[in-house]
Amino acid sequence: MVNDTSKISSAQPISKKEYNKRKFSLARLGCYIVLAILCFLCLFFFYMLLINSTHNNFQIQQGFLPLPGASFMTNFNNLLLNANIPVLSGICNSLIVSACSAVLAIYFSAMCAYGIFAYDFKFKKVAFTLILLIMTMPTQISAVGFVTEMQKIGLMNSLIPLFLPSIAAPVVVFFMKQYLDSNMQMEIVEAARIDGSGEFHTFNSIVIPILKPALAVQAIFTFVTAWNNYFVPALLINSAKKKTLPILIAQLRSADFLRFDMGQVYMLITIAIVPVIIIYLILSKYIVRGVALGGVKG
Amino acid sequence: MKTQNQTVRNTKRIRYTKWGYLFIAPFFLVFLIFQFIPLCSTIYYSFFKYFRSGLKIVGPIFIGFENYISLFSTDLPKYFGNTVIIWLIGFVPQIVISLLLAAWFTNTRLNLRCQGFFKTIIYMPNLIMAAAFSMLFYTLFTDNGPAKNILVSMGIVSSQFNFLASVSGTRGLIAFMNFLMWFGNTTILLMAAIMGIDPSLYEAAEIDGASSNQSFWMITMPLIRPIMAYVLITSMIGGLQMFDVPQILTNGVGNPDRTTMTMIMFVNNHMYSKNYGMAGAISNVLFILCAILSLIVYNSFTKKSSFDSPAQKRRGKVNG
Amino acid sequence: MKKARRITSMVMALAMMTGIMATATGCQSNANQSAASSAPASSQEASSEAASSQAEPEGKVLNIWCWNDEFQSRFNAYYPDVKEVAKDKSTTTLNDGTIVKWTINPNENNNYQNKLDAALQNQESAAADDKIDIFLVEADYALKYCNSDYTLDIKKDIGLTDSDLADQYKYTQDLVTDKSTGAIKATSWQATPGVYAYRRSFAKQVLGTDDPEKVQEQLSSWDKFDQVAEKVKKAGLLMLSSYEDDYRVFANNISQPWVDGTTVTVDPNVMRWVDQQKTFTQKGYTHKVRGQFTDPAWTADQGPKSKVFGFFYSTWGINFTLLGNSLAKPTSEGGKEEVGNGIYGDWAVCQGPQSYYWGGSWICGCKGSDNIGTIKKVMQALTCNKEIMKKITIDTQDYTNNKSAMNEIANSDYKSAFLGGQNHIKLFADVADKIDMKNCGPYDQGCTEKFTQAMNDYFDGSIDLAKAKANFEKAIKETYPELTEVKWPS
Repeated sequence: MVNDTSKISSAQPISKKEYNKRKFSLARLGCYIVLAILCFLCLFFFYMLLINSTHNNFQIQQGFLPLPGASFMTNFNNLLLNANIPVLSGICNSLIVSACSAVLAIYFSAMCAYGIFAYDFKFKKVAFTLILLIMTMPTQISAVGFVTEMQKIGLMNSLIPLFLPSIAAPVVVFFMKQYLDSNMQMEIVEAARIDGSGEFHTFNSIVIPILKPALAVQAIFTFVTAWNNYFVPALLINSAKKKTLPILIAQLRSADFLRFDMGQVYMLITIAIVPVIIIYLILSKYIVRGVALGGVKG
Repeated sequence: MKTQNQTVRNTKRIRYTKWGYLFIAPFFLVFLIFQFIPLCSTIYYSFFKYFRSGLKIVGPIFIGFENYISLFSTDLPKYFGNTVIIWLIGFVPQIVISLLLAAWFTNTRLNLRCQGFFKTIIYMPNLIMAAAFSMLFYTLFTDNGPAKNILVSMGIVSSQFNFLASVSGTRGLIAFMNFLMWFGNTTILLMAAIMGIDPSLYEAAEIDGASSNQSFWMITMPLIRPIMAYVLITSMIGGLQMFDVPQILTNGVGNPDRTTMTMIMFVNNHMYSKNYGMAGAISNVLFILCAILSLIVYNSFTKKSSFDSPAQKRRGKVNG
Repeated sequence: MKKARRITSMVMALAMMTGIMATATGCQSNANQSAASSAPASSQEASSEAASSQAEPEGKVLNIWCWNDEFQSRFNAYYPDVKEVAKDKSTTTLNDGTIVKWTINPNENNNYQNKLDAALQNQESAAADDKIDIFLVEADYALKYCNSDYTLDIKKDIGLTDSDLADQYKYTQDLVTDKSTGAIKATSWQATPGVYAYRRSFAKQVLGTDDPEKVQEQLSSWDKFDQVAEKVKKAGLLMLSSYEDDYRVFANNISQPWVDGTTVTVDPNVMRWVDQQKTFTQKGYTHKVRGQFTDPAWTADQGPKSKVFGFFYSTWGINFTLLGNSLAKPTSEGGKEEVGNGIYGDWAVCQGPQSYYWGGSWICGCKGSDNIGTIKKVMQALTCNKEIMKKITIDTQDYTNNKSAMNEIANSDYKSAFLGGQNHIKLFADVADKIDMKNCGPYDQGCTEKFTQAMNDYFDGSIDLAKAKANFEKAIKETYPELTEVKWPS
């Protein structure tokens, strides 16, 4: 499923002694063993999801069977025929919310972090401390106040309040700020200023490229968090056409006894994970490349 | 333009100040609208008796600090302790393994193959919904579950041992799930930080005869300090706000004997009756604890790093 | 935005007005006729109320709230006035042009009730077509709504008559009777009497007979039940699977409601359950499973490799859940529902030590609705109409809330192959009449949950009884801050 993306040239350092070579090949073996164990642990749960989606309700409920069953197509068809679970629109809504969240979060957070990093203004320290504090706020009960507020301004049953607030993503700002601290040199910006580049233009054309690896990393994190979020969407969305995938999964799980079907539940979980894996694989390639570029430039 | 030329320095500073505010404006504007207003109501109602009894709303009646006082007669310290312990059991192996992996991946002398594959795989558990992940874990580790049976046949645990009825078993499982979900994330962050380091530093160290170990501790560690601070703080906040994994694994009970009841699960218990008063009070206590811990960690990291991190020095210059 | 909504709703209303004009003269359905014929027979008060509400023009949108699509599928299949179901099932159009709008919110993390509560609180200020007209509730929390003013009296406000309701099982009405006014506030199409399902082969081995009546004799009280458990253990089998298997049976037969004022009273019968489960655990009579549906071990215990003697299950559990679990080769893999596949045919049911129910959904009419006439028709058709009830049972095996319809099936020569030829409908019909739910209350959901959860740790042996009791007190006060005291039987 996953291709090896970095075919790094395996040329050994030339001027190494034989002793060192042997030491490293032994160490390398140890590394591979540890990595293999970790990869097994990571992939096992995908295997479990996939296997469960090939079993029917009764088999799943009796515990995990390691071998695939014959109900994959049955589950798939049952799910698609279930008119109350609009899978396609669920995927679309989840994609809209997650993609918008990721783009807004990384762009505006980079902007905010750069504002604090590069400029000298009165409330700079206060602003940064405030962002740190905001990050430590538990969101669980503010969510209820948030819903009341959305009700008042007429944004219930809308996707907008699911992604617009990610413009203020303190965790992402914090990361960008830390990344700028260790990877950004103000000399570049000053050089650009001398060349007559406007501040906004400098940010877009010089700072953003330097931040690329950080942007890719945070884009994935934000995307996945938004994709898997059940709590807030469940509070805001009523209409079937606006429901995101986690709501649909919860809805399948609360079905009545005649329709309760863990096969469909696992099928939907499996379907829900495919787009996010694809997006992750696209972005992860970008990270590997982007990180390397950033390294050379720095 | 003319006026600028007259007092270049002064105007320049003012002009840039304006940009600073402009760049942070979107964040704070959106924060004000979508987060600050709900937050205010959280703080405000924590001083009220305010909940629902069935469908009837009781309150809000102002009661001063009564919620906070009655809060400390509950098991709050126990739940805070649970949260910290479970977080630590997961976080310590997480940071060790992540540092190790990040060091391996970025070590040019070690030169591991299939790096892209490994890097891609280790993050993937984070893609699974916490709810689904907990469901799978429950199936595996329940009494008579396949994972338990394998461990019994390998002689690692006794057949009498029931993961979900034992304190160490349940806490261990939650910590293990958190570890699996987040170690890849941490590795990627640390790797990004390490790869941002100027390679000429390593080349110079190598010429000076430094070993891999030495360059890791003398170059890498000090230089990734800002990202380490980020990892530590975000993981701590995430840990203190731990909710969905223990909630679903223990069906919201925090069994056995409430030893896996985390702070946010405790908040959630009060949300059943929409008890804004008590839930608000717990949230505020948690908020204050989180904030103090985060500021301590942040300050200790940035102060130290200003001695050895060139990046910090550069920033210091800009700050004036 | 609001303006736009208003305009569209006006346009909709206009369109519908013309719709009614067209259909008013046309089709009159079965349910319509039965409604018209039964109305005059009702008490004076009811008919005048109903008449006044029918005089006002009916709203054109019927909003129904539920947590899953169970009622929706019954409605679409059996309500006689259904004209058209939208492709995505989000709306159903009735013959008179009324549009039924379905709002389905899954109940994970109490989401359904939270949203319903919020919507009810906005009910007064909501536009007529946005007001909730019907919502569904489950037994455990039905009284939270039925004790409030948000639900309509199905007789006085909606206009159902005593004769409409005569054929329903009494307990289905007790569960939704407003404790302060005595008014019935909801009505259900299901009855869910519970029974004890046991393995025929194990009964022969342990008790020497698998005849339901003879087995029942040996299980007719809790003391006898415990004695059988001892014998079952000696035969190398287990009496129960989960700690919670017979909790419902004890809890349905308490002598006073859980809560009076601000005091929680733990009933001796519930403590009897605690003692029994602890003894069973210590003596090895139970499989010690925590919870039921959430645990694969519990489901596996209903399958071919099980050593468990039997399960407490209600109507839906027998023909659906238990049957599905008992097959060695599931139907989706080509297995057949026949003797020889797993333990199909090795089951039988008897009443057990006490009568109880498990499950069911109720339909509530919501205050502020402008569709009283339609609500009445829906309730009549889907919860009072004998023919429809009988059809539902025959089509779906869902046991319905109509005594004479169920007795007709019970007295037929119906035989269940799954239960080794037993006519279990007859047993259900007998049991359903005996269920007494006078002591139910609005706190049942929380008390049941918190009590069983707290006691599980005690059964497991991780804490002692005093600690478990203290944990229950903590949990119940967190859930319901208005409760201040917990009384334990001495």
